[in-house]
This record gives sequence, structure tokens and C-alpha cells, in this order.
Amino acid sequence: MKENILIIGGGIAGLEAAAQLLKLGYNPIIVEKSDHLGGHVAEWNRLFPDMTPAEDVVSRLIAGAGEANIFLNTGISFVNRLKDSYNIMLSNGISVITRILLFATGFTLFDAAKKEEYGYGVYNQVMTNMDLERWFNTGNDERIPEEGPKTMGFVHCVGSRDEKARNPQCSKVCCITAVKQAIEMKQKFPDAMIYCFYMDLRMFGKKYEDFYISAQRDYGIRFIRGRVSEVSENIEGRLVVKAEDTLSGKPVKVTMDLLVLMAGIVCNPDTCRTAGLVSLPVDSDGFLKSRDNIADITESPKEGIFYAGTCTGPKTVPETLAEARSAALAIHNYIQGLK
Amino acid sequence: MIYQGKQKIWADYQKEIPDDHWFYVRSCIRQNFFPGAEKMFLEICRNVLHKDFYETENHTTCGGIAYHCDTIPQETVMTIVARQFALMTEAGYENYVASCITSFGNYIEILETWNEFPELETRIREMLWKACRREFKKPKYVAHASDLIYKYRNLIAEKARYRLINRNTGEPLKVVEHIGCHYSKMFPSKGVGGAEYPYVLCGMIESWGGNVIDYPERRHCCGYGFRQYHVKANRGYSISNTHKKFESMEPYHPDMIITNCPGCPYFMDRWQYAIAEMEGKTYGENGYGIPVFTYEEVAGLVLGYDPWDLGLQLHQVAVEPLLDKIGIEYDPAAKYEGLDHKDLLRPELPGVLRCC
Amino acid sequence: MMDFGFKISPSSAINLDNADLSLYDELCKAEPDICKCMACGSCSAACPANRFSGMSVRKLIIDLQRGKKKEAVKMLSDCMLCGKCTMVCPRGINTRHLILSICKLYKED
Repeated sequence: MKENILIIGGGIAGLEAAAQLLKLGYNPIIVEKSDHLGGHVAEWNRLFPDMTPAEDVVSRLIAGAGEANIFLNTGISFVNRLKDSYNIMLSNGISVITRILLFATGFTLFDAAKKEEYGYGVYNQVMTNMDLERWFNTGNDERIPEEGPKTMGFVHCVGSRDEKARNPQCSKVCCITAVKQAIEMKQKFPDAMIYCFYMDLRMFGKKYEDFYISAQRDYGIRFIRGRVSEVSENIEGRLVVKAEDTLSGKPVKVTMDLLVLMAGIVCNPDTCRTAGLVSLPVDSDGFLKSRDNIADITESPKEGIFYAGTCTGPKTVPETLAEARSAALAIHNYIQGLK
Repeated sequence: MIYQGKQKIWADYQKEIPDDHWFYVRSCIRQNFFPGAEKMFLEICRNVLHKDFYETENHTTCGGIAYHCDTIPQETVMTIVARQFALMTEAGYENYVASCITSFGNYIEILETWNEFPELETRIREMLWKACRREFKKPKYVAHASDLIYKYRNLIAEKARYRLINRNTGEPLKVVEHIGCHYSKMFPSKGVGGAEYPYVLCGMIESWGGNVIDYPERRHCCGYGFRQYHVKANRGYSISNTHKKFESMEPYHPDMIITNCPGCPYFMDRWQYAIAEMEGKTYGENGYGIPVFTYEEVAGLVLGYDPWDLGLQLHQVAVEPLLDKIGIEYDPAAKYEGLDHKDLLRPELPGVLRCC
Repeated sequence: MMDFGFKISPSSAINLDNADLSLYDELCKAEPDICKCMACGSCSAACPANRFSGMSVRKLIIDLQRGKKKEAVKMLSDCMLCGKCTMVCPRGINTRHLILSICKLYKED
């Protein structure tokens, strides 16, 4: 009989790990709390740096994990530690006995309404990166006028690098996402004036810097180094955005028709709850704590419990996929070692 | 503007305000600037709503202005405040309400500091004992007087003779609300509605019939800013900030401004005169300014008190056009009459800003 | 008008709504690389005139982007066209050529 491996989370990390574990001859069981697979990526439109449709990536991953047992709309009710395995009761009444648990629980997007000064949910023309991707997918959003915005802006680091929001970490993907989305908006609305308000531009990944240069040179996107301090609405219902142009050393003010808040990656509160069931430690950044942040990022300090993807911190799609494969191999090696 | 979005934030910032039994402390400057305001607060609380408000002539300044102007050390301010708390304790009260925003901010800041550094509280207790042989209990609740008028806003509305409605058009008045910086910017959770979208004055305006205006520079400082004004060389900064606010609210044509701070109404009122003299510009209708009120004055007006008993003749910007708009009765001839009906003489009228 | 001994000071804030960027847009057509500036400051650090006159190509570009023509043109008069800034620019902006183009476009002012 094939060995059961319980994967918590049916996002891209869970799917890719399942595909690899199937190939290695195991029986992965994916438990997904929502009604769809692919997690956040499934709700995205296109992915940097090659503008790959997110849908293609997700459907390939779902096809790869096709043989796995998948439970949607299902959570973990409780976990009993047996002598050398875990008895896991799922919210659908099924119980699973397994020696291996893989956390692929992902992240949640920072709730942009918490940054009250930006007026998300208060001013009509303020949206998040997620809302914009949804609009790319559906074309439905009252905040975006048909003729497009005359002037619009992207606010980097919303809820990231922000001690007051209790997220001192960098969310890693927002800089490049903002540049990607700015280019996409400029492609749709060539006459729009587009600003990016940034503190640093962290263009660490493959072709990211090319993207940035292209945004500057080919698309004329204006980059202003300074964090937006305050947003308000004028009598015409347009947004008044204030920041400091730190390169000029002067305050700057601009009126806009649309403002996109780059909500960051924060630890998923459900992850912490589930991690609590098996007493997993949480790192100082609020994400799950690995056995070692350099050499054993996919291993928890507990026997038989592994991690993949953003449950241990912000990651890009390729990083998450690489980690999922690495976790699958680590699990395989662990099981081999038990025999 | 999504009103429900603001309501959601307001729901997050509700503070507990006991209904009755308060120890009231006055402001250093409000009785000179707006002589009817504090009197009206006690009048409404005691005689209209029959609540228990105690005040003692022994209390002093809270030291806030000196503290914010950097002229006395924090320990001195804390000892002054400790003495005020001792007076409250001796009078048998646990709820402490301040008339002044800076005092309110000062009390909250000191109590929070003592929470973080209990050894400092111990030292202040010793200093107070050495200085005047007094002891104190910390108040259970600290409120600003506008919190209480906010709490009583619907009771006041039930008894009101007038509403904030233009009687000729039937339309609600367009009201600008301005919150003192020290009300909730330091400790957002201590103010009704928080710091970005405070509700304390909005709630009064809504319940008394007016429409709140949210304009781009709503959160901006009134311009007083203590050292900005007190040092003459900096006074240009003070008026520049006030000017910025008026320029920002101008397109909305506000009928009136309501404030909850000692400095804000004073500077927003008087600087309209100075701006008119410097720039030749006025912001109200027909050459008048936009009248600026304290929340107590507005409460008094809607309850039907005589505008001259509220001290409105001390405002720089004429209030008469607004009184006419609401339909409040007043005797123009009595404006500069003393309590004994003696003629107090009329002030000289400014050259640009139209006044009555 | 009355003199109180103090004045309403004009706002120091840059209002991007009113910034006149027509010349800058024209400049971008002639010198598209100007948009690639990431304000690293190596041009200013290498500039021999910088420490004497405050000449800085970085500041010059920012001023143009914010519509502050006067400040930009004034700064140009301090450039000696030595070309050191071109040598150090990591984004390969031909700053020397750029300065000449700016002179051509903005000279009427």
C-alpha cells in the first residue's frame, strides 16, 4: 500500500509537491479550505517577468496533481499524535493516519483598510493589487472608468516594511508586481500618467531590472521615491495624494483618478491555528519557523512535519515551486531513512 | 466617499464614556477666547440634562502649553497633573473630564507613560507629597468635554429648538468639523472615531441636522501649532497653514465650522481677518467670513440660548448671517450690551472682512 | 494691505497637477534614456564642479521631471562639459549629450 502524505493547502506549493510525491510513489492527500485549487495565483491574471497567464500555470499544476486525493472546502479539525504517526480529523468527518504532514498553507494578503490614511474602503477610487488583477480577469470594477484613468498611482509597501502594521518584513513580490501592473495599465491606457511611490525598488529576480528600465524608458512611468502619507478626496471625487519626493527633498501632491495599494504578504492566521494543533513554533516574523533558515528551510523542528512555499515567508512563484519540489525530496529522504 | 467605510472605522474606535458623575477641569485660555463655551457646557450638563458635574476653584493649568512650548520639563507637568488628580480624588470622583484638547492629550499621555514606566509614577507621587502633601488615585475614565456632548448629542437634539438647517431652503447646513491635534493623533484609540476619521463632532452635526463636509485638508492643523504662533518670527507658518485649510474648503461653500479645541476656533476665526487684510480674500458669502464655533456654542444655539449670552459677539467673523440662515432670534441692538444693559461700545470694523 | 510683520508663505510642496512638462516630454523624445535615471548619484559624485557650484545631473533630471525649469537651467550654467558623469553612469545615459540637448530645448527660457 502506498504511504499517505497529508498536504495542507491546495495552492501552487501543495499542488507541485503533490505532483512530485505522486512520481515518487506516494499517496498525497490535499486538504484545501477554499472551493478552488491554485490559491492566490488562481486569482491572478498574468505573472512577471514573461507575462505568463496565471491560468496556464495553475491548470498545468492541477493536471500534475490529478491523481492525488483532493478535499476542497475542508479544514483540519484536530490532530492526535500517535506513537510514530498523526491521526488527523478533517472537517468533513474523514480521518487520515499519516507519518508525514506538509504545510503548504500560504499567506494572506494584508488588509489594506488597516492603513486608514490611504482610505481603502472609504474613498471610491482606491483599490488593491488583488482588485486590479481581478479587474484584468473580469473587466468588472466600478473604480476603473471605461476611458481609463487620466492619472493614477501605485503605492508600494502597503502593510510591508511597516512595524506599526506589525509586518516589518519585505513582501518581496510587490515591487515587481507594481511595475508589471503599471506597464499593463499603460498598455491599456497609453495616455494615462502613471506614478509609482516607492521607498526602495527591490528588483532582485530574473529580468526584474529589465522590467523596471522598460517601465521607465518605454512606458514613461514616473517613479517617486517616497511613501504616500495621506490620501483624501476633493470636491470632484478625485483623489489627492500626498508624499515626500525624497529625491527633491520636498513634499509632493498630485490629484489622481485611481490609486492602487500594493498590499503585502502576511502570515495566514489559519496557518498559525493549524500549526498550533501540532505545536509548531512561529518565527519572529510571524511565519512558521524552519529547522534552519539556510540549510533546512522546508523542514520543521518537529519529526515528520515539512513546509513548502509562503507559510515560511514571502516568496515568488518560481521560488515556491522550487521549494515544493525540494520539500517532496526531503520527505522522500525522510521516509527512506525510517525504513 | 463611501459612508459605510467610515462607519466601519468608527465602529472600531468607540470609547467607553460613563453617563454621569464627572470632575470637570477648565482650560487656561478658552474663557478669554470663547467666554460662553465652558459656562454653556456646565449649564447643559447640569441644568438641561441634570447630570452631576463637579468643579473646584483650586485647580490650575495642566501645564500643557508650557510643555508643548518646551519651557518646562515633563516631571513638572506630571506633578501639576498629579495635583489635579489629587483634587479629583479628594472630591470623591473617578471620572475626569477636561475642557481643553491639549489638557486631554496631556492627561492621556501622562497616564500612558505611567503605565509604561511605573517607577516614574512612583517618583511623581513622592514629588507631589513633598510639594503639597497630597495623594491621588488615577482616574478611571478620562474624557474630553466634546466626548460628553457627543454622548448626549441625541438628548440635546430631542430638546433642541433649532436644527442645523437652512430655513429658507430646508437644506441641511454644510458644516466643516475640525478636531484638535491632541485629541486623538497621539492615541487614536482614545478618541471617538480614531484619528484619521474622527467621529466626535461628525456625530453632533449629524444628530443636529447638518451635513458634514470632508475636504482634502480636513486632517491638516488649524495653524496654531504653539511655537508656530507664539514665536513671532514663525507666525507666517501659522497663518500659512490656516490659509491652506480655507483654500481647500472654499469650493464646498461651508456655512459654518465646528471645532473641539481651544486654539483651533480662535485661529480659524481670527486669521480670517488677517488673511482678508493681507490678501484681500474672504471665504464666506457676500464678503463675510465662515463663522467658527466651539461645540458647546453650537449646542447652546440649537437649544435656543441667546447668542449674546453665549459670547458670540467676541467672534471676529460675524455670526449673524448664520443665525439668520437657521432662523435663530437675536436682538442686533443687544450685541454690545453688558449684562447690566450698559453700552460696552462697538469695536472698530475691519476694512476688508465684512462684519456686523 | 496691512503689514503684520509676517506673511503667508507660499507652499514648498511640488504640485504635480500644475507641473508643465511639455518641454520635458519633448526632451524625452530626443533623449529617451533620460527616463532611465534611477537617481544613484554617481554623476554628481564624479562631477568636478559639484563641490564648488552644486552642479548635479541627478538633481537636474529630477528638476526637469518635476517641471522646475528655472532651477534646472540655472544649474546648467555650472557644467563644464568634461564628460565624467557620462563615464560613471551605470544606466549608460549619455549625460554629456543630454546636457547639450537640454541647452538646445530650454535655451529660450
